[in-house]
Amino acid sequence: MTRDEPRLLLTTSPFLKHREDTAYLMWQVNYALVPVLLAAIWFFGINALLIAVACIAGALLPEWLHNRSRSGRSTLRDGSGVITGALLALTLPPTTPLWMAFTGGFVAIALGKLIFGGIGSNVFNPALVGRAFLQAAFPSMLTTWAQPVPGSELLTVRGDLFAFPFLKPGIDAITQATPLSQMKFDGVVTNATDLLFGTTAGSLGETGSLIILICGLYLGLRRVLNWRIPISILATVGLIAAATHLIDPARFAPPMFHLFSGGLMLGAIFMATDPVSSPITQRGCWIFGVGIGALVMIIRLFGGLPEGVMYAILLMNATTPLINRTTQGRVYGTSWRAKRH
Amino acid sequence: MATSLARHIETFRHGVHPADYKELTHDRQIERIPFMDELVLPLTQHLGSPSRPVVKVGDYVHRGQVIGEATGFVSSYLHASATGTITAIDLRNHPSGKVVDSIVLKPDPVSPQILHDERTIDWKTMSPKEIIDQVSWGGFVGLGGAAFPTHVKLTVPEGKKVRFFLVNAVECEPYLNSDYRALLERSDSIFLGVEILLKALGAEIAYIGVEMNKVDAIEQLRAAMPEHLPCEIVPLETKYPQGAEKMLTEAVLDIEIPSGRLPIDVQVIVNNVGTVSGIGDLFRYGQPLIERIVTVTGPGIRKPSNLLIPIGTRLTDVIAYCGGMTDNVKQVLFGGPMMGSAQRMLDVPIMKGTSGILFLTDYEVFPREEYPCIKCQRCVDACPVFLNPSRLGSLAKARLYDDMHEWHIMDCMECGSCSYVCPSNIPLVQRFRVAKVLLREQKARETAGGE
Repeated sequence: MTRDEPRLLLTTSPFLKHREDTAYLMWQVNYALVPVLLAAIWFFGINALLIAVACIAGALLPEWLHNRSRSGRSTLRDGSGVITGALLALTLPPTTPLWMAFTGGFVAIALGKLIFGGIGSNVFNPALVGRAFLQAAFPSMLTTWAQPVPGSELLTVRGDLFAFPFLKPGIDAITQATPLSQMKFDGVVTNATDLLFGTTAGSLGETGSLIILICGLYLGLRRVLNWRIPISILATVGLIAAATHLIDPARFAPPMFHLFSGGLMLGAIFMATDPVSSPITQRGCWIFGVGIGALVMIIRLFGGLPEGVMYAILLMNATTPLINRTTQGRVYGTSWRAKRH
Repeated sequence: MATSLARHIETFRHGVHPADYKELTHDRQIERIPFMDELVLPLTQHLGSPSRPVVKVGDYVHRGQVIGEATGFVSSYLHASATGTITAIDLRNHPSGKVVDSIVLKPDPVSPQILHDERTIDWKTMSPKEIIDQVSWGGFVGLGGAAFPTHVKLTVPEGKKVRFFLVNAVECEPYLNSDYRALLERSDSIFLGVEILLKALGAEIAYIGVEMNKVDAIEQLRAAMPEHLPCEIVPLETKYPQGAEKMLTEAVLDIEIPSGRLPIDVQVIVNNVGTVSGIGDLFRYGQPLIERIVTVTGPGIRKPSNLLIPIGTRLTDVIAYCGGMTDNVKQVLFGGPMMGSAQRMLDVPIMKGTSGILFLTDYEVFPREEYPCIKCQRCVDACPVFLNPSRLGSLAKARLYDDMHEWHIMDCMECGSCSYVCPSNIPLVQRFRVAKVLLREQKARETAGGE
């Protein structure tokens, strides 16, 4: 070897890499969530921002502790914890006390992700684990919905946001039933324009379905999320709603109502598409989406709860390993037939 | 079935779309490199058993003369790539990283380097067997990189027949342009090779598969095609790994080769366009495989070029001819960036299977941290043989090799598409290679134990 020969690195092929890495994909989702959060701030004022910050802080704390206790890589910068916190915030009522939001974020990451082995190993969508925990622990608070105040008094804190932990918060904001509760318990159908533009009561991310749809479109086009999942969920919900509405229009709401009310858009586009807890095969994704859509409609139409997106996604998350195993396609050349012959 | 009239661009299913980086040498004409001071000709330049030297140290040999003979059916002849003196037959560095027996030849500086026994071979009066024997004598191997002896591929087993002859001119590896330049500058030799091989194989029709990033080559080939030749140029979508035999057969003919079988099982034979062009030259001038077109490229070389290089020319000489390397070279590859191999040292010869030399700098090569799999589906969507690399990767990490066998790891052709797309930088294909080697060893032990 000559003196001026460079030191050559020996590695194996391929030597080219696609430039999008995991952190890049996660941050793309976060960027797509920014307009949704801005809409929430528009509708519910500073509350939305404070709750989101509390949730994200709660989500990042266990991740940080975990990194410290196990020397090695830092997982804070991959953006996945931020997604969980932000998504959890979007499922909460606008008057959720901040300590609850923080606790929800903590539980989401600690019980939803870290105990399974961290990123990539969780069975359930961590944000929904946090949300399910809060719903079980604080049922009354989690079903108190403040009326949106689009664009007015953006800096006014409404509700008892700074309540001390475990004290019953006082409620001073004007509350209202969500469109789904109104439908379920009073048989009132909210009109589509209100649903589309979010001027109805609900969680932070429940309103403004249109913005979520646009953000989802962006992520789908960038191939960050698998479009098959939201498409199959929305199609299933639409079809079931159309069929039931045709049978009994007085009892069942029209498809537009079901598609744009509740957490369906947020769940279908941002939560069901979590790659870790959704199937890895394309056929599996169709089945997964149809399953979620069907469960949502079963709960909404026949269940005791007005809304079922959270349980539908969590239940289908549990079936993901089974779906993966049963939808693994044939290996190339294992049937004697050619593509089109 | 592909027809020349079809506006539809054919391709295979799945695969990846890396940037092709071909612009560096796209417009560089093939340039003949001079004979250097020393040529090193390894006796192992092909798959199969090594050639046996038929010359002694001190012998004076002529360009194109046989210096190594095939040892068995799956082996290859070796010829002197220059007129000169044999100075040594001993162990030399080989691009595989090993040291292997090589014949060292010192070209005669005053020789005109004309071809030994230059003649046209009248293939029209030859039988298919005689044509294939001639190809075998010519020392031809697959020039796409695999270096499988061509005469073995052309020998149709008893009871099988060939309908379609596919010429692989897709060159789906990024950076490389040697096939593209051959299409532009060697079309006469290519069409002669096609005609001869159609006869040798008894095939009905030939298809030349070319990707759409070489539109000018497609047009030029169509214009230059002899009227009587049963041959079609098939434009294909630019996609990796279309150069794999199974993928090319699917793209051009829409036939899926069964798992574990070869193209011949569906009446297809695939040859690289460089090989076909070389065979054309063999019958035209009597020139065996003693030189080849090599793309020397990448950001780490000062003068990227397409060179016609005598087999055995040392890499150091090629680098010097191309103006030297830049200071920040980090990796030197033989072959393309998707399936090529990194070189440990520069004191290695150019071989029959060397399609390109790629110089990568620290701008392209840097450590990437492996991250847990997030089941993003990208590898599943990329795998051209429909495996589940994510699943196989986690099994490999847990060393569950028997489970990997059940998940069809042996169907993996190591194209690297999964590693290329993986956002978590998991070295999937590297783990699969290890698993496949271990599984093969295990099977060999079991067979040996059972006897």
